[in-house]
Amino acid sequence: MTTITNSKEEALIIREQDVVPLRNRVKEYGVKIGMSILNQTKLITATSELVRNLLKYGGGGKVIIESVSNGRDNGVRVTFIDNGPGIADITLAMKDGYSTGKSLGLGLPGTKRLVNEFDIKTELGNGTTVTITKWKNG
Amino acid sequence: MERIPILKMGDFLLVTIQVDLYDQLAENLESDLINTISKHSSKGVLIDISAVSIIDSFMGRILGNIAVMSKIMDAQTVVVGMQPAVAITLVELGLSLNGVISALNVERGMDLLRSKMHTSDNEEQDYDDDNE
Ligand SMILES: Nc1ncnc2c1ncn2[C@@H]1O[C@H](COP(=O)(O)OP(=O)(O)O)[C@@H](O)[C@H]1O
Ligand SMILES: [Mg+2]
Repeated sequence: MTTITNSKEEALIIREQDVVPLRNRVKEYGVKIGMSILNQTKLITATSELVRNLLKYGGGGKVIIESVSNGRDNGVRVTFIDNGPGIADITLAMKDGYSTGKSLGLGLPGTKRLVNEFDIKTELGNGTTVTITKWKNG
Repeated sequence: MERIPILKMGDFLLVTIQVDLYDQLAENLESDLINTISKHSSKGVLIDISAVSIIDSFMGRILGNIAVMSKIMDAQTVVVGMQPAVAITLVELGLSLNGVISALNVERGMDLLRSKMHTSDNEEQDYDDDNE
C-alpha cells in the first residue's frame, strides 16, 4: 500500500538539549491527527530511545518527522539518520539486553515493540538510519 | 545548573518531578537524593511522577538506581502517580522497574512508607527479644 506524506519537517540533533524539543514536536504531530495518549506516549518514548542512540552512538544527525496517510489511517513517521560508525551485527543489536554502551540494551528491541513499522539500515563506517511509523489506530 | 527540589518531611523526602527529565537533570537528582538521604538519615523517599509524560530506558534506569541506592542506605523508595500510558509503555519497552515500589498518589505512598517503617521496627524488636 502506498503511503503519502501530508507534511514534513527536519531537525538537526547535535546535543542533549535538542532531545526535549524534538520529543515535543513529534508529540504535536500525533496530537494533530488525534492520536490517543497511549499511542502518543509509545511514539515519543520510541523517539526518545532512537534520538538517544543517534547522539550517543551516531555522534548526532538529522531527524525527519512526517505526517503520513495510507488511505485507511493517518500516522506519524520519524526517521533518524546519522553518519556514525554503523552497527556491526544488527541481529545482536536487536536483542533485548545487548548494549555496547553499558546501558539496558532495550532501545532498539523495545522501540520495535512500541511502533507499527520499524526499519533499520546500517552500513559499517557509513552510519545508521532507523525509520518508525506509528498509526493513529495502530 | 537546573535541579529538582527535594523536600524534607520528617523522616521522608518528597521529590515532585514537574518537567520532562533530560539526562543531566536525572543524574543530578540521583546524586542529590543520595546526599540528602545520608545527611538526614531519611527512612523513605517519595518520588511523584504524576506530571511526567514519558519515561524511556535511561530515565527508568535512573529510577531503579535511586531505589537500589536508597535501599542500601536503609531508605525505601516509592514512586507515585505514574500515568497509565507511561506504565503500559514501560512494560512494552521491556523495562520491569524491579525493586521500585509504586503507589497511586502521594498520600497512599506516605501510608505505604509508614507501614513499611513499622514492620521493620517490629522486626528489629523481635530480633532484640530473641537475643535477650
Ligand atoms: N545509531 C547507532 N549507531 C551505531 N550503533 C548503534 C546505534 N544505535 C544502536 N547502536 C548499537 O546497538 C546497541 C543496542 O542499542 P539499544 O538497544 O538502544 O541499547 P543501548 O542504547 O542501551 O545500548 C548499542 O549498544 C550500540 O552498540
Ligand atoms: Mg539505546
